[in-house]
Amino acid sequence: MVALIDYGSGNVASVANALAELKEDFRITCNEVEICKADKIIFPGVGEASFAIRQLHMLNLFSVLRIVKKPVLGICLGLQLMADHSTEGNVACLGIFPVSVEKFDPGKSKVPHMGWNDVDIKYSSKLFSEIKNAERFYFANSYYIPLNGCTTAITDNNGIPFSSAMEKENFYGVQFHPEKSGDAGLKLLKNFIELC
Amino acid sequence: MLCKRIIPCLDVKDGRVVKGTNFVNLIDAGSPVELADRYSKEGADELVFLDITASAEKRKTLVGLVKDVAKAIRIPFTVGGGISELHDIELLLKAGADKISLNSSIVKNPELITKASRQFGSQAVVAAIDVKFNGSDYKVYIKGGREKTDLIAMEWCRRVTELGAGEILLTSMDRDGTKEGYDLKFLKELSSVVSVPVIASGGAGKKEDFLRAFKEADVDACLAASLFHFNILPIKELKNYLKENGIAVRI
Repeated sequence: MVALIDYGSGNVASVANALAELKEDFRITCNEVEICKADKIIFPGVGEASFAIRQLHMLNLFSVLRIVKKPVLGICLGLQLMADHSTEGNVACLGIFPVSVEKFDPGKSKVPHMGWNDVDIKYSSKLFSEIKNAERFYFANSYYIPLNGCTTAITDNNGIPFSSAMEKENFYGVQFHPEKSGDAGLKLLKNFIELC
Repeated sequence: MLCKRIIPCLDVKDGRVVKGTNFVNLIDAGSPVELADRYSKEGADELVFLDITASAEKRKTLVGLVKDVAKAIRIPFTVGGGISELHDIELLLKAGADKISLNSSIVKNPELITKASRQFGSQAVVAAIDVKFNGSDYKVYIKGGREKTDLIAMEWCRRVTELGAGEILLTSMDRDGTKEGYDLKFLKELSSVVSVPVIASGGAGKKEDFLRAFKEADVDACLAASLFHFNILPIKELKNYLKENGIAVRI
């Protein structure tokens, strides 16, 4: 069973629709026990970082997400919340990836970075199994994670390269929205559930 | 490289897609789900649904429509048309819409942009702005173009981004329905003034109009309705043409 964490972020319905299309067994939940019992955990997110972290604290999910040993996939804001810190609302995040979330400079590129962009796979990963290099995925982000030791795929926003996918132990994260990225996105979700 | 986007726009009334000109001579064009699926398969990058229902049942049918569309397609879509309450925005986003476009309501209540973008992120808030040239200035119109305001278009565009809008959907009323091409002059200035993505709307009649909007006005996306509805210009053909002419598009 896949636990799809609902902590008041926007795109739970969209991820649920994608999982339903894949005919996966999933449960939308914010219950710590259910999350611990799941085989896989999807941690979606759309919205503002400090608000989201407050929600995680209120729902008592902050600690469990840090220590869980099952595979976790963070999507968009979900990925960013797995960093040490976010400049969005200047908030301490889960601290899984040792890096800070930065804002795109409106002087250098359009903000938000919105639309379909190439994802260059730098390290082979189960997550991208049978997905071609430079496949296009849908992004909608004003903040980004700079390249770091956990980066597995890179995307360029008008000369600013950033982490479009990251991995560390059982933690996976993508900056784009697989649930909104057509067939390639569905394939990535399937890979996470079946291979990771 | 970030791709330029092609966005078909669908007018919706009482939960059905309608085709017509200037809100008259409406013909039923089918179910939103079927058309969304068709456009998605043809290569549309996003969709915009503009609800023109006037009845009291509006919200209920719109939320139902969003749920159905979100189940059917795996590309992002925006919903707009008469949305004025934060609560309605929340309902529509939770039902599966990716973005909400706001038009008349934010002219009367600009704070709505700030509240919505704080709660849902600026990427979910599109400011839809209808403009018309009066001989010396571009002015903002509301209520589907029926009511003129005193707002100067470029100033209002700048203001909505300061308030938190994450994208501008700019419709030129002078060009809308003419098939004479997008208003490149205004769009070019707009793209240089604001740092959010700009969607060009109003006037697309042929492939070259899209190319010029991307090349000369540096817009991020182009929206069109009748060209795609009546299959005058298939999306695949348009995208191949753009690619051949050096525009990054998703094929």
